[in-house]
Amino acid sequence: MGINAGDTAWIIVAAALVLFMTPGLAFFYGGMVRSKNVLGMLAQNYVTMGVVSVLWILFVYSIAFSGKGRFIGDLHQFGLAHISEPPTGLALTIPPIVFVSFQLMFAIITPALITGGVADRMKFISWILFAALWLVLVYAPIAHWVFSPSGWIAKRGVEDFAGGIVVEANSGISTLALVLVLGRRRGWPQERMRPHNLPLVLVGAGILWFGWFGFNAGSTLAANTLSAFAFINTNTAAATGLLGWLLVERYRDGKPTTLGAASGAIAGMVAITPACGFVSPVGSIFIGLIAGMLCAFAVNLKHKYKFDDALDVVAVHFVGGVIGMILLGFLGTRVINGKNGLFYGGGFHLLWVQVSSLIIASLYAFTVTLAIAYFLKKTIGLRVTDEQEYQGMDLTFHGETAYESPGGMGR
Amino acid sequence: MKLITAIIKPYKIDEVKEALQAFGIAGMTVSEASGFGRQRGHTEVYRGAEYKIDLIPKLRLEVIVDDKDASAVIDTIVKAANSGSIGDGKVWSIPVEEIVRVRTGERGPDAI
Repeated sequence: MGINAGDTAWIIVAAALVLFMTPGLAFFYGGMVRSKNVLGMLAQNYVTMGVVSVLWILFVYSIAFSGKGRFIGDLHQFGLAHISEPPTGLALTIPPIVFVSFQLMFAIITPALITGGVADRMKFISWILFAALWLVLVYAPIAHWVFSPSGWIAKRGVEDFAGGIVVEANSGISTLALVLVLGRRRGWPQERMRPHNLPLVLVGAGILWFGWFGFNAGSTLAANTLSAFAFINTNTAAATGLLGWLLVERYRDGKPTTLGAASGAIAGMVAITPACGFVSPVGSIFIGLIAGMLCAFAVNLKHKYKFDDALDVVAVHFVGGVIGMILLGFLGTRVINGKNGLFYGGGFHLLWVQVSSLIIASLYAFTVTLAIAYFLKKTIGLRVTDEQEYQGMDLTFHGETAYESPGGMGR
Repeated sequence: MKLITAIIKPYKIDEVKEALQAFGIAGMTVSEASGFGRQRGHTEVYRGAEYKIDLIPKLRLEVIVDDKDASAVIDTIVKAANSGSIGDGKVWSIPVEEIVRVRTGERGPDAI
């Protein structure tokens, strides 16, 4: 197939949109931590953009997308050599280097999602090494399994349009593994740790919503009708996710909150991520709504089981990703794209492929992340000292303070 | 001389300030404070987790006055700061031994 200028232009822009999600995520998370840790959170996200960008072009792209292996790619495109050759099995209408760039942005935000779980207590250098090892040992294989047509999960016929397994469930379950090894924040859950800047959280959520159009509607790797369906499905699920979370808060807690609105929109978009290119806009209403409501309940799991997933990465990204993957097995429709799910007369086959693929990939991610976390804990250590934790990440690792100490009264 | 200290609801500061200016006081100091009285704190809910906020924001207003004005100034503050609901705050006074205007070195009531 030849190169299509329209497709190419859209995917370059979409790649930029997806990159912008990581700063958005940094603000979304940064506003939720205490003010002494906001720069630490921003730094972990930004440094992930640095580390992954370099590793990706050096060799991680190659092991994710080059070659015919069922379980892992090869080093044929080390350093982006032979980059005129398209990724195995994909008939692209964009230059392969555009595909490299677009996929790079996914590889940045996926480890960055994990920073929300480990907030306020992980050493900066340990985060950098974790992100690098996790990218190579967890992200690259799973991206290969699902996104590369030669991958074994892709060959099973799984439907994962933009990363319900690769990005959402993967980062969510890996967060659980890492926080179990890392341990709780000092004082959690007795001590209250309120979000220090909710407007920043809402700014971040807005950027994520905006960037997610590139993430999902770019995953067609073309500019066409399917991209437009992915686009409207993304927006629809964000909308109903937001409304669903607010509904739960209104009736459970008494008041609908801004944090709930932001969280619900994210939960809706997480769930629609695997499904956006396979379901109808009406299907998206249900996927977003169910994700928004169930994730609003899932945030209680960490209190019940006492794991300190600080900013609810498990409850939003793992639970949301699972909801999206499973509902796609019900709501997938050939009218849009792909196979029919259970509700469209496709039987249980798609549902089974979705669920089983999800379980296997999640088990892999959980196990290997656990191993990486233990390795780092035994070598360089994962955690800050108690005194550093009390002082905050900002001063401890960056020698900076985010805000002036409160001064005038404004009168 | 007396030091009058008032803990008031933050939104009442303008009314209190204007009432005291109308009374004729020459200056005041206001600082942010937090605490609780009978009003206690309040509860906030973030992602389903309840946070009990015990210390709520107040303003602390301090003014030094001549002994003869103390009672009237206290009345003025109480009247202006009163919203009728719980949490309106407290006003108290204590004796002041000495006061000096830094610029001129004046002492005692002349320095107020």
